[in-house]
Amino acid sequence: MKPPPFAYHGPATLGEALGVLAEVGPDGKVLAGGQSLIPLLNMRLAAPAHLVDINRVAGLAAVEAGPDGVRVGALARHAAVERSAAAAAAQPLLRQALRLVAHPVIRNRGTVVGSLVHADPAAEMPAVLALLGGSVRLASLRGEREVGAAEFFTGPMESAVRPGELAVSSFFPALPERSGTAFHEVARRHGDYAVGGVAAAVTLDDDFRIAAAKVACVSVGPVPAVVDVTAVCGPRPAASADWDAVAAAVRDGVDPEGDIHATAGYRRHLTGVLAVRALRDAARVASRDGEAA
Amino acid sequence: MTTGLFGEPVRRREDARLVTGRGRYLDDLGAGALAAAFVRSPHAHARILDVDVSAALDVDGLVAVYTWEDLPGRLAEPLPLLIPHPALTHGRTAYPLAREIVRHVGEPVVMVVARDRYLAEDACALIRVDYEILKPVVGVEQAAEGVNLVHDDVPGNLGAHLVQEVPSPSGVSARQAVDTAPHRLEFRLDIERSASMPLEGRGVYARWDADDQSLRVHSSTQTSTSVRMAIAAKLGLPPTKVEVIAPDVGGGFGVKIVHPWPEEVLVPWAARLLNREIKWAEDRREHFVSSAHERGQVQHVRAGFDDDGRLLGLEVTILHDHGAYTPYGIIVPIITSTQLLGPYKVGAYRVEFSSIYTNTVQVTPYRGAGRPQGVFCMERTMDKIAAYLGKDRTEVRAANFIQPGEFPYDQGLTFQDGRPLIYDSGDYPESLRMLKELIGWDDFPAAKAAAAAEGRRLGIGVGCYVEGTGVGPYEGGHVQITSDGRVHVSTGLTSQGQGHETVFAQIAATELGVPLEKVSVVTGDTRRFGYAVGTFASRAAVMSGNAIALACRKVREKALRIASEALEADPRDLEITDGVVHVAGAPSASIPLATVAVLANPLRYAFDEESRRATQFAGTADPDRPPMDEGEEPGLEGRDFYSPVRSTFASGMHAAIVETDPDTAEIRILRYAVVHDCGRLINPMIVEGQIHGGVAQGVGGALYEKMVYDEHGQLLNASFMDFLMPYATEIPRIETAHLETPSPLNPLGIKGAGEAGVIPVSAVVAAAIEDAEGLTVDRMPISPSDLWELRRGG
Repeated sequence: MKPPPFAYHGPATLGEALGVLAEVGPDGKVLAGGQSLIPLLNMRLAAPAHLVDINRVAGLAAVEAGPDGVRVGALARHAAVERSAAAAAAQPLLRQALRLVAHPVIRNRGTVVGSLVHADPAAEMPAVLALLGGSVRLASLRGEREVGAAEFFTGPMESAVRPGELAVSSFFPALPERSGTAFHEVARRHGDYAVGGVAAAVTLDDDFRIAAAKVACVSVGPVPAVVDVTAVCGPRPAASADWDAVAAAVRDGVDPEGDIHATAGYRRHLTGVLAVRALRDAARVASRDGEAA
Repeated sequence: MTTGLFGEPVRRREDARLVTGRGRYLDDLGAGALAAAFVRSPHAHARILDVDVSAALDVDGLVAVYTWEDLPGRLAEPLPLLIPHPALTHGRTAYPLAREIVRHVGEPVVMVVARDRYLAEDACALIRVDYEILKPVVGVEQAAEGVNLVHDDVPGNLGAHLVQEVPSPSGVSARQAVDTAPHRLEFRLDIERSASMPLEGRGVYARWDADDQSLRVHSSTQTSTSVRMAIAAKLGLPPTKVEVIAPDVGGGFGVKIVHPWPEEVLVPWAARLLNREIKWAEDRREHFVSSAHERGQVQHVRAGFDDDGRLLGLEVTILHDHGAYTPYGIIVPIITSTQLLGPYKVGAYRVEFSSIYTNTVQVTPYRGAGRPQGVFCMERTMDKIAAYLGKDRTEVRAANFIQPGEFPYDQGLTFQDGRPLIYDSGDYPESLRMLKELIGWDDFPAAKAAAAAEGRRLGIGVGCYVEGTGVGPYEGGHVQITSDGRVHVSTGLTSQGQGHETVFAQIAATELGVPLEKVSVVTGDTRRFGYAVGTFASRAAVMSGNAIALACRKVREKALRIASEALEADPRDLEITDGVVHVAGAPSASIPLATVAVLANPLRYAFDEESRRATQFAGTADPDRPPMDEGEEPGLEGRDFYSPVRSTFASGMHAAIVETDPDTAEIRILRYAVVHDCGRLINPMIVEGQIHGGVAQGVGGALYEKMVYDEHGQLLNASFMDFLMPYATEIPRIETAHLETPSPLNPLGIKGAGEAGVIPVSAVVAAAIEDAEGLTVDRMPISPSDLWELRRGG
């Protein structure tokens, strides 16, 4: 379990990094937190000819929270985002989800943007980005482009990042007033990739009826599965919603496969259970949010 | 007063070193050594047509490439079949490097030596092996049909077949006893594969001394003495020219008692051939596919019983998946067959096993060594009888217990050591009473009902086992007191973190009357002690513990003899306290053991103040006697061996309360209770640690761990991402109580404790889930997905 030979690049500025990436093109791989890439290299499942280590690049570690949402730089570690009070205030789902990402030592090193680019459909952060309709900013020598979540995740472990591009940040939008979020998952062991997991966001109207309800589900398809259940939920108060119908709608909206940890049937069932738990939690938070406002 | 004596919960002396990164594990050694790596078969069953190494030759830093054709003499023969047995009619072992046929994914085909491991792996990646794929044999029931064969010359893939039968006291056969019993049950049980999975893999580091023509080998092994014999034999060296040392070892759990592994003979051979230091440290992926697995069995059970739930007859037929080879013989299914009986008297018993080859990693003992499967069988039987009769599950067990007055109790079978299965001591009714009290068995129905009212599902389960521990043939101990008053203890068996440095020191300190901190312990180093069997079968404390105690008694006797002359006192009036020999009741008439050690070695040359007292002009010796009496040896040291007539039988009972989620089918162990009887306790803290670790591995086997082979014989979960070993977060707090029924078989009255914790966990957890869910659990491990499918009638 030693990596195959590769050329190592340690650019100090964004310009240098983009220059190297342009030069090495499809033979290059970006190293940020390395929590997925290093094991892939050691098991020789990936053999990039060039490794572009961006850890020395200044200005990429920022976590900027504002009324519109949270922008997370490419070198912001999971732990830094998790601990940011401003980020949690602007978009509480970030902290809720990050607490479910692996273990503290992995979160100390792994990055949010890296997790998005890795695009594992079992991972939490792609689901969060997909649920919130966030985006990823991609830079290259030709300039920058902002890609929305719906276009960003193109398949299992596949994203819209092109050769020569570097994901420099991601943006997680805030939700309107009277909104709440929650993340529920079941993993075989503490910190494992989830067998089933659901991020939920609920927005209530002035009469505390569900005005918008959406879930993003992990481990049930090639990309995070977003299911809008607004029509099934509302416009009714959470207490009188037909949660069985909501669970059924979510189960209809996902297409899981069986693997060595769970059958497809169980994943589908579980996703329905977790969706209802997450939505009810999110609605509870939203109604508190409404009272506070 | 001397502290740290036998029976005290002394803190482990090795921990400060081990938990602060000062351990010396195999891969910490040999920083400048060349690295070995292996090209391993990607196929479960294939014929090797051609090996093309030409592309690898361009790798800068490549030193050597070897295939089976390069191996000389006995190295080219199959590896030893370590434990032959008459029933193992078709025992087969692998070649160190595959010859013609590979029989499981991971079998080594080519050995590469290079400047470092990176380059060695680069070279491996460039070596092309052409294979003709043969039909893989996967799944023990399919394999038993014998349509495709793992070994051409083993019909039916049947390596071994053994029947043991004990008729009832009145001579009724098991078949007849079951057929004529008032009640009968028949069922099938299924246990998946798991593995020892020590955090440190295997590893070998060899140095050849060309001037001395000798080898020094470090191996992460559970038996350095036997690895030494194997290397000497395979390489044609006298054993005196081979030293084998087990450094700190990061866990063994059985897999490292197998020897010699291919790498354990290939690395020393290449080191000598190249006259270079070579090291091989196994990586995790290699460990999954090229070490050993265990547990996998399918059992068919027929049980006949009376209205009280007493077993009148029991027939068990076992299909044991042995993987591709049988280097460790049929120890695992023999243990399953015999230890299945547990603390019970079965009217008539018949057990039959077939040991079946499959194109998977070989099966050798893993902590518990066949017992978890046997206990699963018997305890499921007890639960099914209770359910059938509508009786309390503990009542049915109690009705079948061997009673305290019935020891020694002969079960009428032959155990894994070839000796009769005779239990030496135990108190099973008391053990069950303690367990019921500890877990609150009688109060549970109320708690369960209260939880049910809140929509929660709770269940309770219980399981009992008896474990033969401390098997022979022998272990030895050497004890030396030096002129600085320090006590040096050595024993040949090895340590993998059990706490031997602590407990062996406690035994020596107690026997010799010296402070614990004066005692140091060395294990597993053939330079210090050449004769040993190894660490397995919960035998280290029983075997080496007693041997060290006997060696200490020899040293003590000699010390008192020498001191009695110096003090002009009768040796029978002498005592040793805090390292000082004194006359009982007259503390002023005393002599330190350090001085006794000086006097024990008559000297011509002085090199310090202490030794001056033992020289020929010191005036301390009688000029009319030889400086050393006839039959005496210089030095204050002694060596002795302990060889038991047969194993000693520890026992225990576990209970668990689980909660299952009605919606997600998650399974959570809320409480776990253990009553454990391993005879006299040397160190209760270490015994509890052993139980905790065992239970943790048991929880792994019950809820998480399995080896998932596909129909092509590919192991689908060969990494820690997909092979789920439980973390601390998955292990419940473990409540323990000790019962001490001394063994009458050994001087210290002790029994083994190393494997105990793991043994009944699958049975206990299955029972608790059954109780919570009201459905039948006959297959372990069980995941939330499995439980959900079971609920749907799957």
